Amino acid sequence: MTATHHETHDEPQAVFDATIERGDRIEPRDWMPEGYRKTLVRQIAQHAHSEIIGMQPEGGWITRAPSLRRKAILLAKVQDEAGHGLYLYSAAETLGVSRQELTELLLAGRQKYSSIFNYPTLSYADVGTIGWLVDGAAICNQVPLCRTSYGPYGRAMIRICKEESFHQRQGYELLSTMMRGTDEQRAMVQESVDRFWWPALMMFGPPDADSPNTAQSMAWGVKRNTNDDLRQRFVDMSVPQAEALGVTFPDPELRWNDERGHYDFGTPDWDEFMQVVQGNGPCNAQRIAHRRRAHDDGAWVREAALAFADKQAAAVGEGR
Amino acid sequence: MSHGTPDPNAATGSVYDGLLEHHDVVGDDSAWAFGTDFEDPLAGVDTTVPDGVDAAELAAYCLMLGDDALVMSHRLSEWASNAPDLEEDIALANTALDLLGQARLLLARAAAADPSVVPALPEGSPVPAEDALAFFREAGDFRNVRLAEVPVGDFAHTVVRLLLFSTARLAVLARLRESRDPVLAAIAAKGVKELTYHRDHAGRWFLTLAQGTDESRRRLLAALDEVWPLHAELVSAHPTETAVAAAGVGVDPSEVAAEVDVVLEQVLAVSGVDRPEKGALAGVRGRTGRHGLHTEHLSRMLAEMQVVARAHPEGLW
Repeated sequence: MTATHHETHDEPQAVFDATIERGDRIEPRDWMPEGYRKTLVRQIAQHAHSEIIGMQPEGGWITRAPSLRRKAILLAKVQDEAGHGLYLYSAAETLGVSRQELTELLLAGRQKYSSIFNYPTLSYADVGTIGWLVDGAAICNQVPLCRTSYGPYGRAMIRICKEESFHQRQGYELLSTMMRGTDEQRAMVQESVDRFWWPALMMFGPPDADSPNTAQSMAWGVKRNTNDDLRQRFVDMSVPQAEALGVTFPDPELRWNDERGHYDFGTPDWDEFMQVVQGNGPCNAQRIAHRRRAHDDGAWVREAALAFADKQAAAVGEGR
Repeated sequence: MSHGTPDPNAATGSVYDGLLEHHDVVGDDSAWAFGTDFEDPLAGVDTTVPDGVDAAELAAYCLMLGDDALVMSHRLSEWASNAPDLEEDIALANTALDLLGQARLLLARAAAADPSVVPALPEGSPVPAEDALAFFREAGDFRNVRLAEVPVGDFAHTVVRLLLFSTARLAVLARLRESRDPVLAAIAAKGVKELTYHRDHAGRWFLTLAQGTDESRRRLLAALDEVWPLHAELVSAHPTETAVAAAGVGVDPSEVAAEVDVVLEQVLAVSGVDRPEKGALAGVRGRTGRHGLHTEHLSRMLAEMQVVARAHPEGLW
């Protein structure tokens, strides 16, 4: 009792530190350091933008899905991504930034999204590979975030992770079905995996030695594992899945290391990574142009909805 | 939007069971991307053609209703990642998914009633009948109304098209619940719940755009003028529809014309919009979408829709 009583009179910084120390959640009305708030806004916004931009590479195949069942699965998946974007923008709103503001920062190139979506989708197998490897990597990154220190973010992540793991299984199921099909289909799967393997490994971010934000984010409990830890976990998880599927990864250095109890693997092309991050990836300009067009084309509809709501409110007011 | 996430391995039963039991689909697993977790949409259902019904007529009728849903769903799905806001992206995807589910059941019903409607594929091809019908027919074999196939246009165009489409389809399916074919009756019962929402959604947007800003009203009126000529086809009967209606398994759409008109009149009146003075789009010697006579847009749409499936006629998806 004494301790609790004492705490409530503490400096807000001390209360915040103690909450983090205990592993409890910070909630929207709690005091928080400005740096913590900014870090969270940056991370949640980046995550939300990734969901929204991530609708494009797969969404482009909805109209070409090769069976009605696959079309339904893909349409529902892209719809789920819009839903994830919604929860995450809502989580960011609890930190005092609106969806509109964040969208404008994205379109102005002042906030980022996951670089993986700057790679093109070139065959229907890519829909499966994105589900298996890209969603798989995203899950490795995101599961620890369910325990992140900021309450609304952690709770959004629990729901998102459940749906992502469903998408991952669906992606793997598409690939394994195609592998039971024709030679052309098997070749299509292998070609797709060859293209996406390295970009998927890059999704965990630069090596720990070059990751400037990791230490502070871990101290605040915003981030729970380092980039290299998560990358290793992903490789260890994916190799047996590839074997079961009957595909190989394009890495001659990939082999089991008995001593470490992990797979050894080669080094991603970090120059390519930096190029893509800096805006020179195969699809950076295309993805942002698409989002800007959709946003601009929809402006008159959003304005109409607001104007109509205002008129309705005014009419109710007059009726009183 | 965020559907539950059923275990795909656990979902071995037919979603169609849910149709017959009249489950409330909200929150039910079957609401998740209807028809994603089983191979044959009519698995385990008795598809015997009722006595006194011409199987070929029944199949042709199912293709008409199925193609309307398939083609309309395809056009709506083009909104994915393009809608005015996230909420509307989700709502339009839901509508497209509902119609896709209806299309799958109806195409499967057509194939079960008369297997000769299904295009021939190479021996041993694993392509199921619903996909052979969707991906391996030519434009001239599609029986959808032309309203469903025209390009997607702006948001006002989609709102008007969806209002006209869902109002007419809801009226038809509401009567189809009494079909002597229990399969069609069950498909209709599920469809009525979905279309009630689609019509309501479109109607509310129609009012919002009509009363919102000058710009939204201008666009809505332009869209109405553009789409209205395609409306008559929705409520005109093709001889097949007349025949199946007489046999008690189908609905003659001209018989719901008046009730459709009452609903549309109501939406127009509340929105303060005059009925367009535009005549119906003519056919060619009386032939329209239901006869396989389409606009120039359908074959282009199908070229895109069918490209992957046709490249792999023996592919397994």
